[in-house]
Amino acid sequence: MIAAGETAPDFTLPNQDADEVSLSDFRGRKVMLVFYPADFSPVCSDQLSIYQEVLPQIAELGAALVGISVDGTWTHRAFKERLGVEIPLLADFHPKGEVARSFGAFLEEHGTSNRSLILVDEDGVVEWVYESPSPLEIPGANLIFDALER
Amino acid sequence: MSRLTSAAVPPVGTADHGRGSGPELIVYADLGCPHCAAQWLRISKLAVRVVFRHFPIASKHPRAPVLHAAAEAAGRQGRFFEMVESLFADRGRVDDPHLWRRARELGLDLERFEADRRSEEVAARIRRDFESGIRAGVVGTPALFSAGEGRSLDDLMKDD
Repeated sequence: MIAAGETAPDFTLPNQDADEVSLSDFRGRKVMLVFYPADFSPVCSDQLSIYQEVLPQIAELGAALVGISVDGTWTHRAFKERLGVEIPLLADFHPKGEVARSFGAFLEEHGTSNRSLILVDEDGVVEWVYESPSPLEIPGANLIFDALER
Repeated sequence: MSRLTSAAVPPVGTADHGRGSGPELIVYADLGCPHCAAQWLRISKLAVRVVFRHFPIASKHPRAPVLHAAAEAAGRQGRFFEMVESLFADRGRVDDPHLWRRARELGLDLERFEADRRSEEVAARIRRDFESGIRAGVVGTPALFSAGEGRSLDDLMKDD
C-alpha cells in the first residue's frame, strides 16, 4: 500500500455517469478514496450505505469521499441507483485495476481492489491510509472521522 | 470537531429503552431491516436485558427513519417495545395509515403519537443513538454489544 507522506499518483477515471474525474480535481480540499472490491456485493453495499449516512458530516469538514472499484461505468450507475447513495463511484475498469495498483491497493489473487481508505490532503499528498485486514471487514465510518480530525 | 470520531459504546443510561433481566445486551437495530426482524426473534429469546438503540440506515431502508420515530413516539407513551415488535412482525405495512392502526391497537393517544413522531426531540433522540453507533464502529445491523464489546449473535446463543 502507498504510505502516508507519499504523493498520491494522479488519475482520471470515469464516474457512474461516464464523466471524467481526476484526483487533481480535488486539489485544495481533502478527499477520502474508498477502494472496495465489488459493486453489489453484500459487504460493499453495507459499507457504502453507512458512509452515505454520514456524508453531510464529512462535507462539513470540507472533505470529499469517492468510491473506486474495478466495476464499469454502467455497473456503477446501477449500483448507485440501487443503493440510493450520492457517493461518486469511479470505474477503475480499463485497464483493470490500474489505479488500485498505483496505490498498492490491488489484490492480484482476487482480481479486485482491496478494501481500503486513503486520505489525500489538499496538496495531493497521502495523509492517512487504512487497509482492512480482510475484504470482509468494513472500516467503520468512525475511522474516517478519526482521520479527518487528527 | 464532529461527534463521530471513535468512542466506546456509551453505557446504558436511564434514557435507554431496555426490557428483561440479566446481563445487558445493547442492540443497534434498523427497524426497516429484514435481517434485524429475523434476528430480533432470536435476540428476544436470550436471557439478557435487551437495550434497543436506534440505527436507521435510510439509504438502504428509506422508511427506517419514520419507523424509528414511530417506535420512539410510542415509547413516550410507554409502549416502545410493543411498537418495535409490531413493526418487526409485519414489515409489509409501514405506511402512515398502518402506523396509525398500530398506534390505535396499542392504545396510544393518536394525536400525541403524531406530534411526537414528527418532533425535533424524537429526531434528536434517534440521532443520538445512531451517532453513538457510528462512533463505536457499527457497520451493519443488528450490532450487538455486551460488556462494552461487540458480540455475534451466534456466540451469544452458545453462551446462553
